[in-house]
Amino acid sequence: MATHDDSNYLEVKNLVKWFGNDRAVDDISFTIPRGAFLTLLGPSGCGKTTTLMSIAGLHSIDGGSIRVGDVIYTSPEEGLFLAPEKRDIGMVFQSYAIWPHMTVTQNVAYPLEIRKLPKDEIDDRVAATLKLVGLTDMADKMATQLSGGQQQRASLARAIVSKPLLLLFDEPLSNLDLKLREAMRVELKRIQHEVGITSVYVTHDQSEALVMSDEIIVMSKGTIEQRGGPRDIYARPVNRYVSNFIGVANLLDGRVAKAANGGLGMVEVSHNGARIDVTCQISDGLEEGSETVLSVRPENVHAIRENEGGNCLEGEVIEAVFLGSYVDCRVKWGEFEWKVIAHPRDRLRKGEKVFLKLDPDHSLAVRP
Amino acid sequence: MTMNGKPMVEVDHLGKYFGAEKAVNDVSLTVGEGEFVTLLGPSGCGKTTTLRCIVGLERPNAGAIRIGGDTVASAEDNVYLNPEDRNIGMVFQSYAVWPHMTVFDNCAYGLRVRRASAAEIQAKTMKALKLVGLDHVADRFATKLSGGQRQRVALARAIVYEPRVVLFDEPLSNLDAKLRELMRTELVRMQKEVGITSVYVTHDQAEALSMSDRIIVMNKGVIQQVGDPETIYSQPANSFVANFIGTVNLLEGTQKGRSGEYRNIEVPSGAGKAPLQIQAIGGEGARDGDRLFVSLRPEDIVLHLSQPTGTSHGNLMEGQVIDTVYLGSFLECRVRVGGHEIGIQIDHFEQLEEGQTVYLTFQPDHGLCLTD
Repeated sequence: MATHDDSNYLEVKNLVKWFGNDRAVDDISFTIPRGAFLTLLGPSGCGKTTTLMSIAGLHSIDGGSIRVGDVIYTSPEEGLFLAPEKRDIGMVFQSYAIWPHMTVTQNVAYPLEIRKLPKDEIDDRVAATLKLVGLTDMADKMATQLSGGQQQRASLARAIVSKPLLLLFDEPLSNLDLKLREAMRVELKRIQHEVGITSVYVTHDQSEALVMSDEIIVMSKGTIEQRGGPRDIYARPVNRYVSNFIGVANLLDGRVAKAANGGLGMVEVSHNGARIDVTCQISDGLEEGSETVLSVRPENVHAIRENEGGNCLEGEVIEAVFLGSYVDCRVKWGEFEWKVIAHPRDRLRKGEKVFLKLDPDHSLAVRP
Repeated sequence: MTMNGKPMVEVDHLGKYFGAEKAVNDVSLTVGEGEFVTLLGPSGCGKTTTLRCIVGLERPNAGAIRIGGDTVASAEDNVYLNPEDRNIGMVFQSYAVWPHMTVFDNCAYGLRVRRASAAEIQAKTMKALKLVGLDHVADRFATKLSGGQRQRVALARAIVYEPRVVLFDEPLSNLDAKLRELMRTELVRMQKEVGITSVYVTHDQAEALSMSDRIIVMNKGVIQQVGDPETIYSQPANSFVANFIGTVNLLEGTQKGRSGEYRNIEVPSGAGKAPLQIQAIGGEGARDGDRLFVSLRPEDIVLHLSQPTGTSHGNLMEGQVIDTVYLGSFLECRVRVGGHEIGIQIDHFEQLEEGQTVYLTFQPDHGLCLTD
């Protein structure tokens, strides 16, 4: 048996899961270092939840293997399947799944009581965990007396109190309202960091993924589209799908006119009659003549009043929505509507002609 | 900023009391013909009560309300018109359109209840549907419509009586984030096309900023500020408005002299630390020794990794990174400066470590002194 160090603490290898004729997870492999926070991100039906449930052991798998540390969770080829309750996993679901007839303390103590730990140790660990999640003052309240955010803290406390091998999160914040969700994602990340338990987090919310993750795996149709840190995924998406799914992007079909050769290359873009050559970054694997998609984030399109030549195109402001710290603009170029983030001091007005300058270092030719 | 066009809604020293609580306390406002005015504030600020007084669902304890010059309520003169006699359209939060009816029937419903003639129903309904761009789907069932089209049906239903004003009570708050963003642009586009005078109530500052000709910010039953979105954002009248609209850092200090157009503000930093010395604009009427808040937007602060030299950077503060949140298009960063936590927003992505020393600068013109 191969030795496992901390860099591949969790290993999912060639995982396949069928639902009827549907290949929900189609031969995916990844590893996570011990203590890391990995997010599986994608729209519904992409296979992220099926992958999570496979790790949890809530269903069998049709191919591949899953291992944590030295424990093989499942490997159909070897006839191995460890029951979910033997996998030593903490789970936090969208529905808080805490018991309404118990107090917060009783809820959190439950996993330790099943393990028949001494009462003193249970008391100590429950108190420490409640402190960590900020529920010390609520310890004796009935679970039903908690707000949604507090209930989610309680279910997190219950998931981490036994110091499991792995923490799995299934869209835990999606029932909370926006303000609370924003506060909770920072909080959740802090707690995970403090307890240091290796975590796999499933969400369809890209900002959640960007804020919380050490690494993100973007999935689509049962396969992995891209894996990387939040900044890589946002700044260097590999294809149209990832670019579109993470953040907002202007996406235009084009053809690579000049390959990168270590520096910047050039892409020819034409859209219903409007055309421009754009100096930009070229993704690995794209060669001269390759079909490509030019991807430029709205904050990397600069609206200016004078034509600066290269990477500049002329359009008309058709919408300028003031949002305080920035102005969300649409600029029409031929039939294409550019999404542009402008500064309020630029004073862009609807109907005005402007030039858009595409920042070459932040314009990216990606795979279609 | 003053309103444009002739006054369509006039609220004059309005008071509405629930027991000892003054839900609306001496509120006066005017909405011009064709104007889109938003009442913005947290829950309990009096915005919805004001709206309910205008529509006639609450009877004022003080003051008067005029629609198109006609008095519809006056506490002093004991005038109180019922809602149906005020000629006002309403769009509510739950803009439920009836799924078992066609677009036409949904829109015509109110006219039928009022027993209008068949010819009148036909003409007025089609006119309203045409105004919102739905005349071509009049026979379609409401369930076949997109979210945006349903919003249009709700608006058509509100304007079918040809009201003088339409009131909106948080119509978008049930929608998910993406649709809400789409709908706020759409709603304003329709409102401008139809040209109907609109009063919009919301607690959502992004809605207010993006949709309104003018915003009226309320708190505790009292108007805090009236202005166009850019003025409200960049020149908040007090610390409540600054805090409620967008994100702001508020530093409390004392005026210690002036330098030309700027005030010198000394901001205490906590025991044993030298106070911050800040130059900022605004603060009209303040004198040396007066307490002031310096309001500073996160996006107006520049972060430096090493100490900047020269005086062109304006105010300089040294601090330590508390934490950062990466959000793709920008990075939110909290920095401890003396005893203060300063939130900043940066769009270039240096790797910042917790505890790292950084330098923050901002121009005196971007620090706004507020007197309360």
